[in-house]
Amino acid sequence: MYSEILFAGFGGQGVILAGKILCIAAMNDGKNVSHIPSYGAEMRGGTANCSVVISDGLIASPVTPMYDIAVVMNTPSLLKFEKSVRPGGKLLINSSLIDVEPTRTDIEIIKIDANDISEKAGSHKAANMAMLGKLIAVEPELCSPQALYDALDTAISERNKKFNPVNIAVMKLGGGIDV
Amino acid sequence: MGKRVLLKGNEAAAEAALIAGCTHYFAYPITPQNEISAYMAKRMPKLNRTFLQAESEIAACNMVYGAAATGVRAMTSSSSPGIALKQEAFSYIAGAEVPAVVINMMRGGPGLGNIAGSQGDYNMCVRGGSNGDFHNLVYAPSTVQELADLTLKAFDVAEKYRILALILGDGYLAQMSEPCVLPEPSGERHEKPWALTGAEGRDAQVIKSLRLADGVLEVHNRHLEEKYKAVEAAEVMFENFMCDDADFILVAYGTASRVCKAAVMRLREKGVKAGVFRPITLWPYPYEALSAAAAGKKKVLTVEMSLGQMLLDVQLAVRGEVPVDFLGRPGGGVPMVDEVEERVLSYGR
Amino acid sequence: MADKILYTRPRSIRDVKTHYCPGCGHGIVHKLIGECLDEMNCREKTLLVAPVGCGVLAYNYFDVDAIEAPHGRAPAVATGMKRARKDKLVISYQGDGDLLAIGTAETIHAANRGENITVIFINNAIYGMTGGQMAPTTMEGQVTKTTPYGRDVTDVGYPIRACELLNTLMAPYYIERVSVHDVPNILKAKKAIRRALQNQLDGKGYSFIEVLSMCPTNWGVDAQTGADWVRDVMMPYYPLGVFRDKGTEEASRVQ
Repeated sequence: MYSEILFAGFGGQGVILAGKILCIAAMNDGKNVSHIPSYGAEMRGGTANCSVVISDGLIASPVTPMYDIAVVMNTPSLLKFEKSVRPGGKLLINSSLIDVEPTRTDIEIIKIDANDISEKAGSHKAANMAMLGKLIAVEPELCSPQALYDALDTAISERNKKFNPVNIAVMKLGGGIDV
Repeated sequence: MGKRVLLKGNEAAAEAALIAGCTHYFAYPITPQNEISAYMAKRMPKLNRTFLQAESEIAACNMVYGAAATGVRAMTSSSSPGIALKQEAFSYIAGAEVPAVVINMMRGGPGLGNIAGSQGDYNMCVRGGSNGDFHNLVYAPSTVQELADLTLKAFDVAEKYRILALILGDGYLAQMSEPCVLPEPSGERHEKPWALTGAEGRDAQVIKSLRLADGVLEVHNRHLEEKYKAVEAAEVMFENFMCDDADFILVAYGTASRVCKAAVMRLREKGVKAGVFRPITLWPYPYEALSAAAAGKKKVLTVEMSLGQMLLDVQLAVRGEVPVDFLGRPGGGVPMVDEVEERVLSYGR
Repeated sequence: MADKILYTRPRSIRDVKTHYCPGCGHGIVHKLIGECLDEMNCREKTLLVAPVGCGVLAYNYFDVDAIEAPHGRAPAVATGMKRARKDKLVISYQGDGDLLAIGTAETIHAANRGENITVIFINNAIYGMTGGQMAPTTMEGQVTKTTPYGRDVTDVGYPIRACELLNTLMAPYYIERVSVHDVPNILKAKKAIRRALQNQLDGKGYSFIEVLSMCPTNWGVDAQTGADWVRDVMMPYYPLGVFRDKGTEEASRVQ
């Protein structure tokens, strides 16, 4: 498998972190991974994104103009990146915040009320975890659910580790697993 | 072997420098290499080593010059416009033969340019950039793993030849996270009888680049020339990726070489035999190896994130025996896999 | 009766002829530093940073380990050396172009960090090595190769007072201006240099000694006139004295 994934949203939604968690999980499952964030001046505008590649073989190019999957968490990201999904690819939309309908018909549109799911599981700011949970539910080749949960241990700072049980609950809910 | 961890390029380079025994790090902030400084600022005091944010790139590199002249392992890092400022010290370091390590995470230019990854500093860093007859040893890693490994190696080689070893990365490599196994310390150390440690029990000694007396500088230049020849003979590094049976050779370094590898794999699936020749040292340049790899091929394509700076070296290596084409994107643009693939397909079988 | 040695060349100074012109102050200051290093038994632990300018060849005259810095970067090079070798005595020896023009940033920031180094600043109001151009410390109206009609302060600014400038910073431990135009002042200059070196040995931090000095060749005067010019023209604008002495401040606080 070889999968190029984009995470995009506004600063504070944790899209860079979501990419990193997925990378650590896939790496620990034995995959090759790469992660490139938007950085510097791009961040000042309040939008953030990262490109993730996951492969069971060599990752040659870490940069790509097109993605197999785009995970968009706010409206500007949808407008900017809808065209960057390869035909036949998947577009995951945070429908809690995005009220614009995508126009593409040659890709699979997957909507998820990420913020609502996060709230339901007891967190105001774990929408990114809900998106991750959904992502691996629709694309199970990327990594195992357990690897995703375990990756939190490495990816989350000491200060915020206490939120990990809630994060895992949100991931599960996002993936349609009852908790 | 150590554990595979997900590391950002900047952090991997910084940690590798620590493993190499770098005790003194001086730098001035500039994107996209700021994580190196942040990492050093955090770690150096804990290890009882020195981190200092200098007042300028110029000062930072001169601090490296001063510290390294006393025999310690010292490093600075920056990005393109900052490296331009460090060029002054590069020349003094070369003339005075002080070992030093510098990391350049290239961004778009000229001028302030932008902060995207680029390869526009090839001419400045590989061909010169400062005054006088000298070379820096230039490593061009293409993965986070290789960045860590070459940073470690740079300290050893710099010390061995009393030369400045430059890591020439780019903003993508700096910001990219990949699985990496941190290298083990090499343990390599070279005697430094030249180091300034005070004239205790020996004659006083001087580290300098000024040589005014008749003919003395020429003698020194000849001595440097001999040293550079030794480096050329022993330190050339390159990767030959599927070149042997290829009809088309793509030549690229750093991030651009990864794009080329992806294109080659796609081309091979389509039955087009292509390969990538990747220089790992840019000075000394692998002229002979490239010449051999290109011999008898149908075409050589140079791919850069700049407008044909390495192209001249490729042409020198190939010596007109094979046609050399060029594909480059400047200003933070990266040649895409599709573009490279299409260009090779356009050559026909 | 045995002969009594009244004067000898300091061990820290080599037995060589210098390139300095007759009436130049560099040789005097070299000797003072050399005597201090001898008296303090520090020759073998000294790391000298030579500047670009007339002082560039200082390493030919001092019998100590030395490095040559790019123009203006001596405080940065000295910072690197001192941070790497805290037990050594690091001296940054600089002229007015080096310290106050091309190296102003390095000068101010090394001072502002309170680097534990000693800076000896030779102010002779002109660029000597390049043949007599305007320095940042060139006096108003002073004729040089690049101010042939006299320094016009409305066009190129006023002479900079280094001690006063650095005295606005919090970190420096000791700042003094001295002169070497006559014997009493030479003796005072030596005391200041000795003190500045001792401060470093004691780990006190940044010490700065500005030395008003003669450049008769580029001023176009004879040696005596040069010495008089320091007294009559430079000293009124660059007053001698101690600008900062945290040691005395500390001592008075203890009492």
